[in-house]
Amino acid sequence: MKAFTSHTGVVAPLDRANVDTDMIIPKQFLKSIKRTGFGKNLFDELRYLDEGKPDQDCTGRPLNKEFVLNQPRYAGVSVLLARKNFGCGSSREHAPWALDDYGFRCVIAPSFADIFFNNCFKNGLLPVVLDEQTVDQLFSACEAQEGYKLTIDLERQVVVTPEGAKFAFEVDPFRKECLLKGLDEIGLTLQESATIQTFEVSHERKFPWLFAELRD
Amino acid sequence: MVGRTLYDKLWDDHLVKSRDDGSALLYIDRQLLHEVTSPQAFEGLRLAGRKPWRINANLATPDHNVPTTVSERKEGIEGIVDPVSRIQVQTLDDNCDEFGIVQYAMKDIRQGIVHVVGPEQGATLPGMTVVCGDSHTATHGAFGALAHGIGTSEVEHVLATQCLVAKKMKNMRVRVEGELGRGVTAKDIVLAVIGKIGTAGGTGCAIEFTGSAIESLSMEGRMTICNMAIEAGARVGLVAVDRNTIDYVKGRPCAPTGSDWEAAVDYWLTLHTDVDAVFDYEVELAAEDIKPQVTWGTSPEMVAAVDRCVPDPEQEDDETKAEGIRRALTYMGLEAGQALTSIQLDRVFIGSCTNSRIEDLREAAAVVKGRKVAETIKQAMVVPGSGLVKKQAEEEGLDQIFIEAGLEWREPGCSMCLAMNADRLGEGEHCASTSNRNFEGRQGFGGRTHLVSPAMAAAAAVTGRFIDVRDLMEESA
Ligand code: SF4
Repeated sequence: MKAFTSHTGVVAPLDRANVDTDMIIPKQFLKSIKRTGFGKNLFDELRYLDEGKPDQDCTGRPLNKEFVLNQPRYAGVSVLLARKNFGCGSSREHAPWALDDYGFRCVIAPSFADIFFNNCFKNGLLPVVLDEQTVDQLFSACEAQEGYKLTIDLERQVVVTPEGAKFAFEVDPFRKECLLKGLDEIGLTLQESATIQTFEVSHERKFPWLFAELRD
Repeated sequence: MVGRTLYDKLWDDHLVKSRDDGSALLYIDRQLLHEVTSPQAFEGLRLAGRKPWRINANLATPDHNVPTTVSERKEGIEGIVDPVSRIQVQTLDDNCDEFGIVQYAMKDIRQGIVHVVGPEQGATLPGMTVVCGDSHTATHGAFGALAHGIGTSEVEHVLATQCLVAKKMKNMRVRVEGELGRGVTAKDIVLAVIGKIGTAGGTGCAIEFTGSAIESLSMEGRMTICNMAIEAGARVGLVAVDRNTIDYVKGRPCAPTGSDWEAAVDYWLTLHTDVDAVFDYEVELAAEDIKPQVTWGTSPEMVAAVDRCVPDPEQEDDETKAEGIRRALTYMGLEAGQALTSIQLDRVFIGSCTNSRIEDLREAAAVVKGRKVAETIKQAMVVPGSGLVKKQAEEEGLDQIFIEAGLEWREPGCSMCLAMNADRLGEGEHCASTSNRNFEGRQGFGGRTHLVSPAMAAAAAVTGRFIDVRDLMEESA
């Protein structure tokens, strides 16, 4: 997995609560059996005026000029600023894949839906929770100043503004460690194989019916 | 020792290891797989040269992409017209073959929506941990199983290690006491709960549904409720095990038998919350207050009783909420203050992992029986949740009731719930749908979804607009 230590990037403000995963990456693009290539269809229904099709060349499609990512001042963004309950809806990991593929490294919001939040960490994308008031401030700052950048320092767990203001955020120690080092979680768990096997043996003794063959 | 909640018990029985940093390894008894969220997980295994830890814990079936017309289904995978869908279903088939995973493939009568198939086969059992790369895995919690949706990286992790890195959730209890009115169903309960606590109300929680109204529900009804726990933000929905649960499981193909059965039942009957257990959050609803529900907006929390009106954003004090309502009304093409019963519908969809089980189909059939689909409705379709649900419905003659009334009787799959196959809404069309999500574009680009119960969807099909299903029931009574 891609490591995340500290990142400084231009911020895109997506001023909308409850952004769901269907909005982040509509279902027709989930038919891909790959993990990459979703960036061009990120926020497809908000970004383009026509209906997107899988495997389509998006360069000539009519753009929704109003949409934040289509405004020239937000070219090259890598930090997404969003409202509460970001990423609600389905478990599709295609949502963080699409954000990552587009070039985002971090999403800042007052709250996230659980599964999306979890999925971000597996893909080197850092979700940061800041309180609603701080997020409001950042929205204003970002809209007021073209090219507004934030630094997200995972090691120190702070978001730093260009003026030097710092906002602390929480992150669970295990996830932090994995992200900082870009660790392979499966490899980590497999280091505990012996413990898992011991558990499995006693689990089977207690609940033998859970280990019966499935009917084919 | 203080009492434990049902969730606490399930957690404790599967805890392999707690780590110092607060994370834990949880043992997974069953993983369900479908074609959309598994290809990248199998690919990951292959790239790392890893093998599944316990093949037999996994069960697969294709559901999201499969076509639902008889003609497109006849030829199996080769017959799928959309080449991209075909590749995805084929990939699941190939992966199951390569790794030796049991699959109910497209032509198998047991194929269906993964959350219908698991319980139907007894592959979901009380006391299990169940995961699937699908947020509606919460459905299986109806059996007193700890079940939740996971992402594709986690699918790969579970395949490789039989464990999930997890963090304990908070406990929430939603208690619904009293007796439901006639024509009011499990779907109305869960929509009312979401209306009350909001789509983020259960974030970070496992919700246990309790109370006399839940106890008197069938297993199908309990599955409908747990299915939509995720729409209230909770990854896990739960109902305690009781005689209903055990009766449902008994005799299912994968259910234990003989002395295993006896031992299992003894254990299963301990799967309830202790009386002195403490919940982090409590929510209460009176069953008598719940009326048939209809969503008017683009989030499941944008819901009201059918006799109400579309809300007015100007009456909303919270500016973010008001903006949300304005945006939803524009998308939905509705006016503030308009009666829900005045919404004209174009299509009706009865199906999805929320409401495609036999009981759901019986409820819908009872309403359309002897009636005709309104002329203004372009299409009304019924999509059973599995091949076996379809067969049973046909044995009961429900298919004939639907067909005579002018509804289409389809092959099993997810269908128009998310429109990954050919079943979808046209731009601007309103649909009465028994599915679980009314997000923008969910059922087709520009489509407008209204979530309702099967009985309400059936009533909408015959009247062409929303109507309190109880009015129709009085007419036929
Ligand atoms: S029926 Fe709908 S919600 Fe359920 S698994 Fe299929 S697509 Fe998902």
